[in-house]
Amino acid sequence: MSRRSRENEEINAGSMADIAFLLLIFFLVTTTMDQDTGILRLLPPPLDVTVTPPPVKEKNVYEVLVNANDQLLVEDNFMDIADLKNGAIEFFTNPSNSDNLPERRKVTKAICQENLANAKSVLAATGSFEAKQSVKKWEDKLSAVELLGDYMELPGSAIVSLQNDNGTSYDMYIQVQNELQSAINQLRDELSLEKFGVRYGELDGLKDGDKAKIKAIRAVFPQRISEAEPKNTGN
Amino acid sequence: MSKFKKKSGKGQPPVSTASLPDIVFMLLFFFMVTTVMRDADMKVKISKPQASEIEKLTNKALVDYIFIGPPTDARYGSLPKIQLGDVFADVNDIGTFIEDNRSNRDEQEVPLITTSMKVDKGTKMKIVTDVKQELRKVQALKLNYSTHERARTK
Repeated sequence: MSRRSRENEEINAGSMADIAFLLLIFFLVTTTMDQDTGILRLLPPPLDVTVTPPPVKEKNVYEVLVNANDQLLVEDNFMDIADLKNGAIEFFTNPSNSDNLPERRKVTKAICQENLANAKSVLAATGSFEAKQSVKKWEDKLSAVELLGDYMELPGSAIVSLQNDNGTSYDMYIQVQNELQSAINQLRDELSLEKFGVRYGELDGLKDGDKAKIKAIRAVFPQRISEAEPKNTGN
Repeated sequence: MSKFKKKSGKGQPPVSTASLPDIVFMLLFFFMVTTVMRDADMKVKISKPQASEIEKLTNKALVDYIFIGPPTDARYGSLPKIQLGDVFADVNDIGTFIEDNRSNRDEQEVPLITTSMKVDKGTKMKIVTDVKQELRKVQALKLNYSTHERARTK
């Protein structure tokens, strides 16, 4: 009788916390928060065998070879991986105006405006696709000059060419890619700090103002790392 | 002083634990939402190389993974093998693998797909180059070499 009189007795919720804790611990353990990070690269499209590649000047190519023993041959000289970054920076900037390195041309506002006017008149006359591209090219250069002031431009064919052997270890390959990327990133960071007061990596591509800045910096230091067609150069 | 004495005389009321389940539930929901269960069963051992100039892959839904490394099960030998999804595969299977993944997604998303290569650092480049050539053939050109982070050397 005494039990029946206490009809509205509450369910004991004290163990609720324990149940929740149990579930919590399960999800804590299974959660993988790690984000995938890595070096992003764009592969070249498949080669068209019928087209012969245009000739390039030897001084415009920074040749990096890695052999099966993970040794580096850079521009026909042995090199330690620790020196590769500075070598690449020297290639991109050519500080001493050496004849063996790419010749950088000065881009000024006057040159851009003159060429843009020329390109526009050609476009008006012919309406060809090439003319359209040429107008776009000079418009981009003009906006870069307006942001950065006069700058030195690398020739269009200046390129870092990376070739590895079948026996090269993947670790070495990644280290070489990393050093080359590191060189470009450092040059971009320095330029961005000098002109805009922030590092290149801190510019936000989603903001309109920063987008133009990123484009301008990329115009000065383009990311030109190419991988040569694979060859079996040794055992 | 008398104020304090009075209080201590009464004794501390116990802290109410009634809101504890709520707090725990909140944490629970957070972890439930953020949890991504590992979908691929790893059949190869991968110890990733380290690099400093890395970028984050933001959209996990648009990433395909290719694993290359020595098999965990010694019965399959010690030479590096390719794993696609849950199974071992051959270099020639990569084209079909990429095409299958493309048809599972929206057409608009196809150009945004990145292929992430998780490769053991001891692997020789031959197998990696072969995979890259296959990827070029099927126009899967956005590639990520998965690495761990390390500090930049001067």
